[in-house]
Amino acid sequence: MPEENKNNEMKVVEDLTQSEYKWGFVTDIEEEEFPIGLNEEIIRKISAKKEEPEWMTEWRLKAFRYWKTMEEPHWGKVKFPKIDYQALRYFAAPKQKPQYESLDEVDPELLETFEKLGIPLEEQKVLAGVAVDAVFDSVSVATTFQETLAEKGIIFCPISEAIKNYPDLVKKYMGSVVPYTDNYYAALNSAVFSDGSFAYIPKGVRCPMELSTYFRINAINTGQFERTLIIADDDSYVSYLEGCTAPMRDENQLHAAVVELIALENAEIKYSTVQNWYPGDKDGKGGIYNLVTKRGACRGNNSKISWTQVETGSAVTWKYPGCILQGDNSVGEFYSVAVTNNHQQADTGTKMIHIGKNTKSTIISKGISAGKSDNSYRGLVKVTKNATGARNFSQCDSMLMGNQCGAHTFPYLEIDNDTAIVEHEATTSKVSEDQIFYLNQRGIATEDAVNMIVNGFCKEVFKELPMEFAVEAQKLLAISLEGSVG
Amino acid sequence: MASKTKNANAKSWYIDNFFDFQKKLNGQSGSFINESRIEAIDKLKNTDFPTLKDEEWKYTNITPILNHEFKSPLLTGNPEINAGLVKQSLYTGFDSHLLVFVNGIFSEEFSDLSGIPQGVTINSLNKLIETDPDLIKQYFEKVEYINTFNLVNTAFAYDGFVVIIPDNVILKKPVQILYLTGHKNETVLSAARNLIVAGENSQAKIITNYRPVYDNTYFSNFVTKVFAGDNSVIDIYKLQNESEKAYHIETTKIEQQQKSIVNHHSYSFGGKLVRNDINVKLNGEFIESHLYGLYLGNDNQHIDTHTFIDHAKPNCMSNELYKGILDDNSRGVFSGKILVEQEAQKTNAFQSNKSILLSDNAHADSKPQLEIYADDVKCSHGATVGNIDETAYFYIRSRGVPSNIAKSMLIRAFANDVLEPVNISALSETLSHQIFEHLHRAEI
Repeated sequence: MPEENKNNEMKVVEDLTQSEYKWGFVTDIEEEEFPIGLNEEIIRKISAKKEEPEWMTEWRLKAFRYWKTMEEPHWGKVKFPKIDYQALRYFAAPKQKPQYESLDEVDPELLETFEKLGIPLEEQKVLAGVAVDAVFDSVSVATTFQETLAEKGIIFCPISEAIKNYPDLVKKYMGSVVPYTDNYYAALNSAVFSDGSFAYIPKGVRCPMELSTYFRINAINTGQFERTLIIADDDSYVSYLEGCTAPMRDENQLHAAVVELIALENAEIKYSTVQNWYPGDKDGKGGIYNLVTKRGACRGNNSKISWTQVETGSAVTWKYPGCILQGDNSVGEFYSVAVTNNHQQADTGTKMIHIGKNTKSTIISKGISAGKSDNSYRGLVKVTKNATGARNFSQCDSMLMGNQCGAHTFPYLEIDNDTAIVEHEATTSKVSEDQIFYLNQRGIATEDAVNMIVNGFCKEVFKELPMEFAVEAQKLLAISLEGSVG
Repeated sequence: MASKTKNANAKSWYIDNFFDFQKKLNGQSGSFINESRIEAIDKLKNTDFPTLKDEEWKYTNITPILNHEFKSPLLTGNPEINAGLVKQSLYTGFDSHLLVFVNGIFSEEFSDLSGIPQGVTINSLNKLIETDPDLIKQYFEKVEYINTFNLVNTAFAYDGFVVIIPDNVILKKPVQILYLTGHKNETVLSAARNLIVAGENSQAKIITNYRPVYDNTYFSNFVTKVFAGDNSVIDIYKLQNESEKAYHIETTKIEQQQKSIVNHHSYSFGGKLVRNDINVKLNGEFIESHLYGLYLGNDNQHIDTHTFIDHAKPNCMSNELYKGILDDNSRGVFSGKILVEQEAQKTNAFQSNKSILLSDNAHADSKPQLEIYADDVKCSHGATVGNIDETAYFYIRSRGVPSNIAKSMLIRAFANDVLEPVNISALSETLSHQIFEHLHRAEI
């Protein structure tokens, strides 16, 4: 390859890996705050503040007492300074004042990003912290959605409301997939969770919309300890979108969310996540620690849970959305794209636990590391003794950009049944010079070529995203790689 | 709590035993190797045996080993063995230099050291400590360990085999090392430290063969170090045929210099609980490492293989292929890690682990891992677990082949990838035969 060309390519890579998160933190907000620290009194206060019934308070306290006996897990391939849990503030209902009066005041680069992502104007305002003008009333939009959903009998509301209004459902299902004893962060979340979403799809109902549009506008500030519970009753279907391709401003460094999904007989849940939180600056200062527990239980026969995630943000990602395949013929899927740059660290993957007969799972994971980042896939496929006819296929591919980064794969296969068929494949490579050369020959600039190749690399996952999200995600990837490898 | 007590009990057993062991050493107690024994037992005082909570021992519970009180043969005395046992334990059909060890102690009577080429050392460690300590000192100076069992080995090893091939020598005949282990009334600890050194441009084939004297409980605990010099080619065949009640743990450390080739073949037939650690460091450019393994489980056998390939330099190639055939209640564990360091550009590293489960109660665990810090590399790993292919089975059956033969054909075909690279043809045939024998299946 001509030297010039090579240099050019190197430069592109350098540019890419050095592109910065162009939107910083916004801290200037007025909050209703509790004192720093964590003790039973604080938990009682959180619970009281949310007007929770006694059983909820007790549950939180049990979780807290258990949490105190636990130790932080250190098995992940992520390093971050020790978190002082007594130095955090566990309740801060943000009373966020608009940062700007109109979009004209917002950083044009940020607007350009929104433009590229194709985010509607009104949503842009909310995301950028612009006062929403009176004509567009997000609450009323939300209400319209609520009405459509209510017609079908679908419950979709903040979890704090669900605790008050649907205590039976919450009592029955909360903690049934991720018990508070599950892990350190899940226990902490159970004790102090701020808010989150609750969805219940009744028998035989196909949710008519992606439960996201609403979410995106209204539930941005659910706080750092988010808790989500989705229940799909017999023969129902729901697709849920979490997060946003747009850059997320957030004030909290630690995020320890818990998501529980329950699919009953013949039900299907599709859960898609796009996460683009602040990853820290290019020297690795700051950034969000995203320590999340997500798990779905396919309780009923023929049920299906599908996780799709695009992870581009956060300084530290520690997240393993899993499926417990209890029902016969149930299906679990996991599709993931994780991009790390600069000093980001991601340790992500899935757990597929086959318990029922003829259960199937598919795992497709694509990791892209650039800069000085570390990107690991860690997953477990377990076939228990009675899971006759279990089938799993896993593919984990990693792509490296630059020689300062790391890409790792740690799959675990535990097979206890002789009728199981389990396959795992992993490859690691870099963007092929041949492919770039080929595209260059066709007159495509190196940057565009790399973009194309990376998009092709991730295609299997993107095609699983809901249509509009997929388009956004592709653009997001392009932006992440902008001025970088191409 | 119970396991903690066992851990502590086992430790104090070895520590207390060490004093009696030292008294029996006589001549060796003043040698350099005894310093490392004392150092190892000191370290053991502050090191616990691994539990299921240790990531590297997640799938292997070693409590059964801790439950026994194993004694060095210096304390139990060695059983009488006869030429017949040696003869039937050997792999035959090819010429070889022969070293025989009984409970880890060299038996000159049954060994055959005739016709060793000029300059080549094929001998017992214990003898060399007396006659030529300087030759081997550099390789045994430090106490290194990757697990607690290595410390037990260093503390109690009295002997071991040493093969040193000088520069530019090609050893024509393979070296066969026979380890006979067991005692009629005692649970014996056979610990040996082995060394293979290949000089520049040299070549050698080494076969280690582990057999029981009595079909009872004993503990084989070995550490083998391999140094492959520039341009050298070493073939190692580890053929493990221990007693069905025996425990077998071996750590093999291989260090390769530039342009060297190491082919390591591991066959695991015997043993109740078997653990092999194979660590390879590729410490030069243009190195090739090939690791092949076949483990067969019946009854309650537990066979655990851990490999670690460290690509430290650019332009190297490593290839691992481990296959497991698991019947009855047996359990096969494979964990393989490939580390590609930042400097190691243009690395090709491949790893594959495939298991078939022949029974409802068989169990397979697989943990292939890649840890990569260089970008211009091609690395992959694959793992599969399943039953024998039903369509293939149906195809053969539809040609009128009886069920048991059809299954045997498929088992043999499955094992073929591992058997093929065995380049001593008589050995390849014997191994193929052993597969059917061990699985109690009709031979084809």
